[in-house]
Amino acid sequence: MFIITCPFCGERDQSEFSAGGEAHIVRPKQPTELSDDEWADFLFMRKNIKGVQFERWNHAHGCRKWFNVIRDTSNDKIHAVYKMGEKPPTK
Amino acid sequence: MSENFRSLETKFLDKTNRISFKYNGKKYYGYKGDTLASALLSNGIHLIGRSFKYHRPRGIMTCGSEEPNAIVQIGGTGSFTEPNVRATEQEIYEGLEASSQNCWPSVEFDVGGINNFISPVIPAGFYYKTFMWPKKLWYSLYEPAIRMSAGLGKSPTQPDPELYDHNHLHCDVLVVGGGISGIIAASISSDNGNNTVLIDDKNSLGGSTIFQDDENFKINDEISSVWLNNQIKKIKNKKNLIIKHRTSLAAYHSYNYLLARENLADHKSLNERSNKLRQRLWKIRAKKVILATGAIERPLIFNNNDRPGVMLANSVKKYIDYFGVRCGNKNIIFTNNDSAYETAISLNKKGINVSIVDIRNNSSSILVKNAKDAGIKIYWNHTVVNTAGYRRIKSIQIMKMSEDGTNVIDSKINLVCDNLSISGGWTPMVHLFTQSGGKLKFRDSDQVFLPNVTTSDQISIGSCNGDFELDDVIKNTISECKNFLSLSLTDFDLLKVNCPKQKESKNIWLLPNDKPLGKTKPFLDFQNDSTAKDIKLAMREGFRSIEHVKRYTTTGMGTDQGKLANMHALGIISETAGVKMGTLGTTTFRPPYTPLTFGTIVGRNVGTFFDIARKTPMHAWHENRKAKFENVGQWKRAWYYPMDDESIHQAVQRESKAARESAGILDASTLGKIDIKGTDASEFLNRVYTNAWSKLGIGKCRYGLMLNEDGMVYDDGVTTRLDENHYVMTTTTGGAANVLSKLEDYLQTEWPELDVWLTSVTDQYATASVCGPNSKNILKKLFPKVEFNDENFPHMSFKNAELDGINCRIMRISFTGEHSYEINIESKYGKSLWEKCMDEGKEFNITPYGTETMHLLRAEKGFIIVGQDTDGTMTPIDLQMDWIVSKKKYDFIGKRSLYRSDTMREDRKQLVGLLTDNPNEVLEEGAQIVQDEKKQPIEMLGHVTSSYFSPNLNKSIALAVIKNGKKLKGQKLLVPMKDKTIKVTVSDYIFFDSKNERLNA
Repeated sequence: MFIITCPFCGERDQSEFSAGGEAHIVRPKQPTELSDDEWADFLFMRKNIKGVQFERWNHAHGCRKWFNVIRDTSNDKIHAVYKMGEKPPTK
Repeated sequence: MSENFRSLETKFLDKTNRISFKYNGKKYYGYKGDTLASALLSNGIHLIGRSFKYHRPRGIMTCGSEEPNAIVQIGGTGSFTEPNVRATEQEIYEGLEASSQNCWPSVEFDVGGINNFISPVIPAGFYYKTFMWPKKLWYSLYEPAIRMSAGLGKSPTQPDPELYDHNHLHCDVLVVGGGISGIIAASISSDNGNNTVLIDDKNSLGGSTIFQDDENFKINDEISSVWLNNQIKKIKNKKNLIIKHRTSLAAYHSYNYLLARENLADHKSLNERSNKLRQRLWKIRAKKVILATGAIERPLIFNNNDRPGVMLANSVKKYIDYFGVRCGNKNIIFTNNDSAYETAISLNKKGINVSIVDIRNNSSSILVKNAKDAGIKIYWNHTVVNTAGYRRIKSIQIMKMSEDGTNVIDSKINLVCDNLSISGGWTPMVHLFTQSGGKLKFRDSDQVFLPNVTTSDQISIGSCNGDFELDDVIKNTISECKNFLSLSLTDFDLLKVNCPKQKESKNIWLLPNDKPLGKTKPFLDFQNDSTAKDIKLAMREGFRSIEHVKRYTTTGMGTDQGKLANMHALGIISETAGVKMGTLGTTTFRPPYTPLTFGTIVGRNVGTFFDIARKTPMHAWHENRKAKFENVGQWKRAWYYPMDDESIHQAVQRESKAARESAGILDASTLGKIDIKGTDASEFLNRVYTNAWSKLGIGKCRYGLMLNEDGMVYDDGVTTRLDENHYVMTTTTGGAANVLSKLEDYLQTEWPELDVWLTSVTDQYATASVCGPNSKNILKKLFPKVEFNDENFPHMSFKNAELDGINCRIMRISFTGEHSYEINIESKYGKSLWEKCMDEGKEFNITPYGTETMHLLRAEKGFIIVGQDTDGTMTPIDLQMDWIVSKKKYDFIGKRSLYRSDTMREDRKQLVGLLTDNPNEVLEEGAQIVQDEKKQPIEMLGHVTSSYFSPNLNKSIALAVIKNGKKLKGQKLLVPMKDKTIKVTVSDYIFFDSKNERLNA
């Protein structure tokens, strides 16, 4: 069980958070203009990689805010945490 | 049995505190501080149980948590009984009762022992291969018979009466293991200002050094045990060091989150422990972790190496030097390394007969020299080829080994003994390191896996890091700790250490024998009875991966998790397959390190604390009225209110009729309520619901359907516009939390530009729903100032009102199809609101009804329940709810998915009504629907989702989802049940008042 630094509340136990899958998948502004394949790409396709992954997390049992996390899925090491709408930090 | 094997004084036991205990019904004595194993050995008892598969007699082998054989049942048949307890860990207490497991009628004479003689025909995989045919015998014969003869102890049949607790612990440094390296590490850490916790699974600190009296091992010119004893005294007084005894680390997760079980009462008599905690689970978050978990001795693998009296050499040393118990009068040590000579010297010093069989040619170690000087007979370059003795070892046969070690030569020598101490070297305990995600490396020189790479802030020190000699242990412990804690100096820097060094070493995983392997029984996994033969058989049958061989042969799958077996299994696989051991990898080390009782895992979360029960403000009233409750999520909802001896059916029929004929009242407080405010609230609702919201007038209500982005129905409910920028949304009872979370997600991540604020107000309001033709008359009495005519207060509208000066929100909405009002009031007035409704409704026979009647009434009207009639694969079109899906809106959640090729298929499962040909026959919810019973394989068209006997229609009605259902209206279908087939006809899904005339009645 890891520790996540909520950008609004600080360090908290993982049990306070819920995971929201891959980050930076933007909901299309004009869905009706997309083909079935393009829509399916948004709807279903996720990378689910072993390694450094961009993820969404929600401080569900805290401030209820959503934010982004850069986590290595192979060892759970968290490289960065940043707010929704912010650009991922470059390293 | 009368001989006393406790021949020696020992400072580790309290000799003034003699304790009696029972083993297999007979009374014995031991001393405070004894383990059950040491106490039994002091009474000359080696035979403890029968093995798992072959029912061979087995005895105590070790002195710790790695024990494979000596597992016993503690306690009688009462609720305190506990199976599978290791006798080597259980401390004795006055009145302890222990008994052997897996034997019948007794451990001395066990019927299952027959398995030993038929063992050649029951190799690994025997059960998988044999009991396949005929299939039906599995349940009736094979499984019960196998379970009778296998299996370990007996589970308690009564609830566990003892108390368990969970506690959190935060520290700078956690040191795991109280041996010499752990003590030095804890001392260094706490001396340098770190809040340090030291945990150890024994009742006293010191590991194996604390009973090391050999003069060859010295620290600062003191015998190592003396030096260590002084260190232990010192650390006990340190302020920022917490020491936890009898605490074993169960799990090491990422981010240095660890679980440890502290044993508080298992060593106390039942009188002493009454009403006190038995065990505590510590949830530890440590900034840094130092693992000093030590190493365990390896057995040697040779023919019949499992007899009672065959023990690990270092354990024999502990029994004599720590507990003062000799494990035999005529001992033979069988070894491949120098460390076992310590045991021989210890025994010899105490005047106990001992000789040594060594597979090596010689060794130049000082220990070997001491043994020779003491006149101990050593058989160099020999191996044990057989042992004899059924309930206790009586003799061994040894033979000389060939030059290359693959064979035996010359004639057999027979040696008489009553104890055989074996040592195959040492295995570092890397379990916790790998649990935390660490990767191992293999050291060829002594064939050990060692900690290599880790992402956690941790180090391993001492023998768990591959240092087996005292000088290396101390030197490396100090340097590792300095590095880890960023220190330049410690109090231990100038320690002078003398110790013997391991010289010649030789390792043979499976020792040679004069007989072919097939005729021998070289056991690897003593608990699960798997032998070297089984490993080779698995490999012949094509298994290569260690994980597969493990599962096929069950090697390492016992309660000891193969602490002794796994290395040998790997060794034999690598030798047989000709693969380097380092490339084979290991099986996965999974928590817990040693078994935990369920009580420890659940802690206080038992009984009413198992799960939260949410109760409405009216709950006490329902209870008083003898309501039956059903669980909806965590809520307790009134299910029905039986009167006198009514059955559920009778109660529901009465409630349903009353609600339609005069007046009914439902506690709707559990429905989710979300307060929505902000200048973009209307736009927000437009985007989350399928229908249009912009034109909803203030004071009006509207039903909304919410989809997932995949187009499937997610939730539904009525939302009311309280003001220009203020709505209150209702959700299903079970969906409330998820809906709020989903709405927050969209607001924060997709539409941050919207000015909308969401607040859950489910718990803040209590809701009474009054329905039926007389509902208006009751409301008139409750709220005399409100005009209830259809012009002023039409269906789907809302009014603020006061009840005795308390603000209420009244919505005229209906889930039953009747003229109906929902009255919302601040929670604390919920019960008085309810009571007032009952008082004012009395003259109209107002009848409280529960969820079952609510379900029936809405089914008559064909209203869906999300989660009952839908299952996450139903679109609004499938539900025949096209009317609620806006064609004009550019977008809403899930809209695009309604136009995917799959969601537009016409043969999807669709919601329909079903009427049984026999109107009194009520279908079972979940029943499958078919067209042709004879077709093979039978085609499942769909299933029944809701089914009731309607008292208002006087017939059975049901909702179902059926493939292409919309086009099947009028068609005859079949519902096959276990004992009959029910004929049904597809119908409209609205059964009652399809013109909605009753809403305005």
